[in-house]
Amino acid sequence: MLYINCPHCGMRSQNEFSYGGDASVKRPELNKEVSDQEWDNFVYNRKSLRGKHLELWQHISGCRQWIKVERDTATHEIFRTFKADEEVA
Amino acid sequence: MTQAFRIENGGLINRDKKLSFKFNGKTYLGYEGDTLASALLANGVHLVGRSFKYHRPRGFFGAGVDEPYAVVQLYRNGETEPNIKATEQELFEGLEAKSVNCWPSVNFDIGAINNFLKIFLPAGFYYKTFMWPKSFWYRIYEPFIRKAAGLGVASTKHDKERYEHKYEYCDLLIAGSGPSGLAGAYAAAKNGAKVILAEDKPRFGGSLLTSDVNIGNQSGKDWAEGIIAELKTMPNVVVKNRSQIFGYYDHNMLVMSEKVSDHLPSTKKYHPNKRLWYIRAKEVLISSGSIERPIVFGNNDTPGVMLSSAAKEYLKVYGVLVGRKPLVFTNNDSGYETAIEFKKHGVDPVVLDSRKNPESEIIDEAKNLGINVKNSYVVVAAQGYKKVKSADIASISEDKKQLGKIENIQCDCICVSGFWTPTIHLASQSGNKTKFKEEIDAFVPGQSKQNEITLGAANGVFSLEETLKTSFTAGSELSKKITENDNKVAIPNVVEKKSSQHDKFWCVPLPKGKNYKRFLDFQNDVAVSDVEIALREGYRSIEHVKRYTTLGMATDQGKTSNLNGLQLVSEIENKVVPAVGHTTFRPPYTPVSIGAIVGREVGKHSKPTRKSPMHSWHEKNNAVFVDAGVWLRPRYYKRGDENLFEGSKREAKNVRANVGVCDVTTLGKIDIKGPDAAELLNRVYTNAWLKLPVGKARYGVMLREDGIVMDDGTTTRISENHYHMTTTTAQAANVLSHLEYYLQLVWPELNVNVVSTTEQWAGAAIAGPKSRDLLQKLFPNSDVSNEGLPFMGYMEGDLFGAKARIYRISFSGELAYEVNVESDYGNFMWEKIMEVGEEFKIQPYGTEALSTLRIEMGHVAGSELDGRTIPFDNALEGLVSKKKDFIGKRSLQRSAFIAEDRQRIVGVVPLDKQTSIPEGSHLVKDDKAPLPNPKLGHISASCWSVEYDNPFSLAILKDGKNMIGQKLFAMSPLKNKVIPVEIVSSHYVDPKGERVRS
Repeated sequence: MLYINCPHCGMRSQNEFSYGGDASVKRPELNKEVSDQEWDNFVYNRKSLRGKHLELWQHISGCRQWIKVERDTATHEIFRTFKADEEVA
Repeated sequence: MTQAFRIENGGLINRDKKLSFKFNGKTYLGYEGDTLASALLANGVHLVGRSFKYHRPRGFFGAGVDEPYAVVQLYRNGETEPNIKATEQELFEGLEAKSVNCWPSVNFDIGAINNFLKIFLPAGFYYKTFMWPKSFWYRIYEPFIRKAAGLGVASTKHDKERYEHKYEYCDLLIAGSGPSGLAGAYAAAKNGAKVILAEDKPRFGGSLLTSDVNIGNQSGKDWAEGIIAELKTMPNVVVKNRSQIFGYYDHNMLVMSEKVSDHLPSTKKYHPNKRLWYIRAKEVLISSGSIERPIVFGNNDTPGVMLSSAAKEYLKVYGVLVGRKPLVFTNNDSGYETAIEFKKHGVDPVVLDSRKNPESEIIDEAKNLGINVKNSYVVVAAQGYKKVKSADIASISEDKKQLGKIENIQCDCICVSGFWTPTIHLASQSGNKTKFKEEIDAFVPGQSKQNEITLGAANGVFSLEETLKTSFTAGSELSKKITENDNKVAIPNVVEKKSSQHDKFWCVPLPKGKNYKRFLDFQNDVAVSDVEIALREGYRSIEHVKRYTTLGMATDQGKTSNLNGLQLVSEIENKVVPAVGHTTFRPPYTPVSIGAIVGREVGKHSKPTRKSPMHSWHEKNNAVFVDAGVWLRPRYYKRGDENLFEGSKREAKNVRANVGVCDVTTLGKIDIKGPDAAELLNRVYTNAWLKLPVGKARYGVMLREDGIVMDDGTTTRISENHYHMTTTTAQAANVLSHLEYYLQLVWPELNVNVVSTTEQWAGAAIAGPKSRDLLQKLFPNSDVSNEGLPFMGYMEGDLFGAKARIYRISFSGELAYEVNVESDYGNFMWEKIMEVGEEFKIQPYGTEALSTLRIEMGHVAGSELDGRTIPFDNALEGLVSKKKDFIGKRSLQRSAFIAEDRQRIVGVVPLDKQTSIPEGSHLVKDDKAPLPNPKLGHISASCWSVEYDNPFSLAILKDGKNMIGQKLFAMSPLKNKVIPVEIVSSHYVDPKGERVRS
């Protein structure tokens, strides 16, 4: 079970969180023309990386905040975690 | 025969407490502190089971977790448990056990005929044989294999025992209480670190309990006892015996199974049977020791052949002689230690040492005691069927290829030592890549992957002095990092005998003309010849060899067989062992009871139960409940002996005719506040929300980004910046997360706050033509007329002193209202509604009537919004705004979603107006068409229309828009029904929606 550092609550076990997918995906802006390809990329196409991956988790059984977690998908090592509005450098 | 093999004195058992137990129906005596294995051996019982494939007689091979043979069916306190290792099961008064894998009895087993058919049962036998004819598989082969496979019988009764889970955090977790674990724990504890020390056996001390060493002027055993006693007094230390750490998972999470009650005749009141510990450790010291490995020779599975360390443990810990004429067969000095113990207790062993001229202190001691030692000698084969009677022995050439003349010597047990295999399972599970250590012919942990360190024998270090030194140091260093204390602990002096180099010899060659079975894996009956076949047939990867031959796959997971298997593959393949590699070590290290894994989450505790504030009223009024997610909801209120069908029909009819009341507390409720609340709703729902006036409700549909309907419900504008959203019962949690996602990540600029208020409000839906009359009486001071409170209107009211929110919304399609009060007043509200409603012939109605009412109105619910439908499919396209953008809108342009013949909701009526259509039935054009009959749609919900008194269903049907009036067939192969039906409008009752506005 992963041990995730919630930037709001501190170290918490994985069973308090729910997974939210790739955090690098940006939703196209509202009321803007979006091509089929762009939309497909946003809704469906994911890279399924092996290695360092920036992903979303929600601390559902804690502060209910969505956070970003930089994790290695192969080793499960967690490098850093960020608040939702924090810029990932 | 009473404990004829128990020595007079000695051992760590309590001779003051005799225990009586039964094995295979016969009563025996043992002592407190015995295992089932030691007590049986004390009574001279060596035959405990039959082998898996050939049903050969099997005895005891080890004395602990590595035991491959002595797997029994245990009976305790009216319960039975399979696959219990007799070597681990502590004796208690009244214990009962039986042999497994034998019929009719362990002494006479018909399956043993397999032993004579063994040339027909080679590796891969099942794969090769049961391939054809295909039709035989279900009828003949599978039942036969199922009966033949497995080692015990699982109980079919409900398990009365309780199992607990515990979450724990510590600075240093130590797996194993041998010398390394004790030293590490002691040093860390002295630095104030929070330490957990786990030992799988009942007694602490590991190898110190049986080895002849001195630590700081005490025997190893006494030193261990002293350390444990001191650790137990320290508040920062937890020591746990009978506790096996069986898994090393991500981020230093380890799981331990503690046997709380298995050693007792019955579980004490309020105690669990087992406790599973989830331990998050900052540092981990793996001091799991090592397991002796066998040397392979002919008939090496005969009862009486066992590990030499096990024989020593039975003698030193339990005071039991495993034989009176022991033969010790060794390739290293450990065998001599066992021989010396035998000799000290008046038994004359013979030692066969495969080495030519070994010299060491231990060997000298053995020789000085007058023990008969034969160098360059090996056991060629054990003789005897149910028990070793003699051994064929021979000298062996230096290259270990040639045997000398075979001699036969009398013996009643053969104690084997083929050197030691470090227990690296936990280290390997942590992600540590193991490395092969040439000096000991075994794998040891490599570079640490997590915060783990492996020391002592588990790391391939067999010197006590070095083990203690490294472990004390590691305990100090690891704890210093955490507590910043640096209390030095003096490392005690060690007196131990020096050993000589072991012999890299593991398998005795077959003598000419003999075809003895030489077993590698004892539990699964995998012999040398089986692995040879696998390699001959082209299996190369060790993982494939394992699965083809089942080498190392049984409940002991090859603890004694893995390395010899690798040695064999490396020899045949002419590769070094590290090039062959080992199979993956996966948790659990040893079998874990399913009950322990499940813990308390069984029966009604398997999920939380949510009840509305009116639950007790429902109970008192004969409600029959149904699970709605984790909620319990009344399905119908039973009157007399009416069934679900009759009851729900009565309730639904009463709603259409008079007035009914339904508990709708379970609906999800989300409070939405903030200046941008309307903007959020406008982006989340498909329809327009910016112009909704205060005091008005609106029905809304929300989509996922892929265009699929996610949920529906009404949202009401309570005040300028305050909205009350309702969701379906099932989607409440998802919708809240969904809103939080967009507010926190996508549109953080929106100034809105959302919070769940599902539990804060109790809700009652009042529906039916007389509902307004009732409402007026409930709220005499409010104007609830059609003008005062029109359809989709909202007002606040005073319900006999309780503040209430009144929404004029309808799911039943009747004139209807929903009244919410704070949860604490829920029951009060309900009772008032029933009391005041009496004159209007009010009846409560449950979910079944609720469904009936919504189905015949064509209102969609979860069975239509099933994660596969878009608004059009549910006839909700009128709610999809063309002007504004919203979540999922772009997806609605996908070609499949705008196809001319897109599926759509329709109504379905059976032509005979009699036969109810099973939900899930497929709609097809031709009931006689060959399979697979093309499916045009499916029945999503069915009811008995109370309006028309005939069955009515909703369906999602291809090109549904143009199918009205068509005749099709509803087919349910599951219910074996073919029903001719007619497609009608989904709005079966009141298609113009006049009643809700009346």
